[in-house]
Amino acid sequence: MTEFFQYVVVGLANGGIYATLALALVLIHRATGIVNFAQGEMGMFCTFIAWALITHHGLPYWGAFFLTLVVAFFGGAATCKLVIQPLSRTGELTVVMATIALLIILNGLAGWIWSPEVKFLESPFPLEVVHVGGVVMNVQDLGVIGVSLLCVAIVFVFFRFTRLGLQMRASAVGPATSRLLGIRVGLMLSIGWGLAAMLSAVSGIMAASRLPFDPNFMLIVLTYAFAAAVLGGIDSPVGSVVGAFLIGIGISLLSGYASSFLGTELQLPLALAVLMLVLIVRPAGLFGQVVVRRV
Amino acid sequence: MIGASPMALLELDDVEARYGPIKALHGVSLSVEEGQAVSLLGANGAGKTTTLRAISGTVRRTGDVAFDGRRINRRPPEAVARLGISHVPEGRGIYDELTVWENVILGGSIRRDRRGVKRDAELALRHFPRIADRRKQQAGTLSGGEQQMLALARALVSRPRLLLLDEPSLGLAPTAVSELFRVVRHLNREEGLTVLVVEQNARIALTSTQHAYVLEVGRVVLDGPSEDLARHDGVRASYLGY
Amino acid sequence: MTPFGAEKILWRMLALAAVPLLVVLLPKTLGDYYNFRFALVGIYFIAIIGLNILTGYNGQISLGHGAFLAFGAYTTAILVSNYGVGEYWTIPIAGILTGIFGFLFGLPALRLSGVYLALATFSLATSIPLIAKRYDGFAGGGQGKTIALPSSPFGALSTNEWLSYLTWAVAALMFGAAWLLLRGRVGRSFRAVRDAPIAAVSSGIGLARHKTLAFAIAAAYAGVAGALFTIANAFVNPDSFPVSLSILLLTGAVVGGLGSLEGMLFGAIFIQFAPDWGDKLSKQVHYNEASIQSTVFYGLILLGVLFVMPNGAAGLLRRGRAGLARARGRYADRSQAEPSA
Repeated sequence: MTEFFQYVVVGLANGGIYATLALALVLIHRATGIVNFAQGEMGMFCTFIAWALITHHGLPYWGAFFLTLVVAFFGGAATCKLVIQPLSRTGELTVVMATIALLIILNGLAGWIWSPEVKFLESPFPLEVVHVGGVVMNVQDLGVIGVSLLCVAIVFVFFRFTRLGLQMRASAVGPATSRLLGIRVGLMLSIGWGLAAMLSAVSGIMAASRLPFDPNFMLIVLTYAFAAAVLGGIDSPVGSVVGAFLIGIGISLLSGYASSFLGTELQLPLALAVLMLVLIVRPAGLFGQVVVRRV
Repeated sequence: MIGASPMALLELDDVEARYGPIKALHGVSLSVEEGQAVSLLGANGAGKTTTLRAISGTVRRTGDVAFDGRRINRRPPEAVARLGISHVPEGRGIYDELTVWENVILGGSIRRDRRGVKRDAELALRHFPRIADRRKQQAGTLSGGEQQMLALARALVSRPRLLLLDEPSLGLAPTAVSELFRVVRHLNREEGLTVLVVEQNARIALTSTQHAYVLEVGRVVLDGPSEDLARHDGVRASYLGY
Repeated sequence: MTPFGAEKILWRMLALAAVPLLVVLLPKTLGDYYNFRFALVGIYFIAIIGLNILTGYNGQISLGHGAFLAFGAYTTAILVSNYGVGEYWTIPIAGILTGIFGFLFGLPALRLSGVYLALATFSLATSIPLIAKRYDGFAGGGQGKTIALPSSPFGALSTNEWLSYLTWAVAALMFGAAWLLLRGRVGRSFRAVRDAPIAAVSSGIGLARHKTLAFAIAAAYAGVAGALFTIANAFVNPDSFPVSLSILLLTGAVVGGLGSLEGMLFGAIFIQFAPDWGDKLSKQVHYNEASIQSTVFYGLILLGVLFVMPNGAAGLLRRGRAGLARARGRYADRSQAEPSA
């Protein structure tokens, strides 16, 4: 039984990493109606920036962390203003393809600037364990869970209780009306992309603190985050976070108990197959709302 | 002509507008003076909504639109709203997913004083007791009449200098319509709010305004004091449908 | 017929004749290495014609086209090495089997659209290579399967020259088939489904039937491409079909111009310039500088294409022709006006 809880904790830590990225995906989808396929790579790129700040420029961990978040914000906003908004006139598919192009560019750029060799990023949390009721938990895992939950909470509070958050929500659900009320919808969009980029950076940095990383390390995180966002309902922030933790725990339990049967290769296909089954039963995800087309 | 009547808050001079290849306005000229309530009447497709869109910048137009003596021809809707023009669109434009209170508060988006916005939001809701005690309710669950009141309340929070109302009576029960226009009359006569209202329900529009324009196929074909138009049987029959 | 009308037809005929002419003459002039790449262009061409039908004409985004290619490739490998079937017979067999697989995939996918379908196809693309890796005996596992390198049946042609002719002959056939298909009722209903699904249904075109049909056809094309892929490489391995392959195919279709069959030629050529993504996701950490740099340039060019010619090469051509037609029209008006003046 203690083994079970240990798997759960590890699963929650992974889930936290998926959750912050999934939240970013939902943010973008609510605001622009598309999935940003480059979201993971944006996080990856920021992780490399953080790594470079710490390793080459000697910044302390949290200093680099927050500086990277600032860079992430402006990077995301600039991407929206310079790439996404101009292309959205042409059509949705063009914008989606642009995010794919960005994925390719960022992936190559990271390898080019900082070399594609595997790197290590320290964890800001001590390498210790705590014992809670017989269950052994890594402080590092708990730290990641804590940071992820904190980010999610900040985002929720921001959108629910601040004026800017309200205006951003309004811009997402009713851009034409919002313009009539004097809201600068384009600016709201850019800020949204900036916030999403910040969340991706957190996801990447947390993921990098747990294993050695290279330019491709966020691709699998993106896959799980994408799955989590769709599972929860692509427009539901709550759903995507819940979905992310569920997937994290699910994968952890699977690899813990069924590793001999499945082997590492089948984890992802199985998880995705289950997701597909859920979608067939509930096409809008667990928390999503079906837009009735009935065609 | 621009500047011809020095007191006109809003002036349109030979405004044309098109939706793609279709021309909707063929040269509309009108003016609204400060403190006036003006109605814009006409049948379906006459171009009334397009005229309001031309003012708020939601549709591309040629010709001159002047607000407070200054041309606003090229300004986007966000900028026009910031000048003090509040456009309540056709269909209300309510945020269904947000609460009543959130909708009203968003009306103050152009203002910087948050406390002032809150105060004005309370005051605006006071005009509409029916929705005032439902502020936590999701706006999409309100009835048509209540949504229209919400839209109007929201428009007031920005402290507009000019209120544009597009077909407020559309889809509303008669009691809701008269209540709504009672509020509009109060706002205009007691509080001096300048209003330009587009309506198909000519009767109630004429009793609530001082001046009226009648549009037909994108042109002004008739204008004059509302009283006169209401009294003239021939006009009522041919243009106003009653 | 005006002089310009005749000219237009002449241009069309020249263009139509030029391509096969090139295809017939080129292999003899290219060396061994370039012939191989030329054959690959043909293979990609076949694959993205299928993708074009699914995404361009039927409006369904697929991020899993590489999976169907893998399916076809493995079909050929397994049939040849496990069951001794003749390689060339496997081409149509792979096409049919993959088409069935695509149809079966398209059935549950009916309930999904847009983002959800994208995820479903993405899942397929990530899963297939992993499944192939897992099942050793049957599919060769991580090491893959080797088949005997088919030699050229004609003494006059080298292996790679034969490969070029083979792939392009099949490509021509598949192109012709697609052209016929899209001209007919099916093609029109495909377009209707893409542009206005609700209107399409009310006019009697079964939405469900055409969505799955599109998947089946697209998969069949990818299957044929996959079969040729195995024949060309004489080897198949899960690492040859990473997710990036599906992404690459999609970028090729977009650059070529969705909704245009001829455009896919440009798309296939474009794909050839992409760095070999197979290396990146395989275990060997043997990166090379040039490959990373070309990745960045590939992405930048793709982005540039989206900005400058969002309808792909085909769209650009269309714009150019329209511009020319307008210019000629003005000239014709002027020259016609003169005599009466």
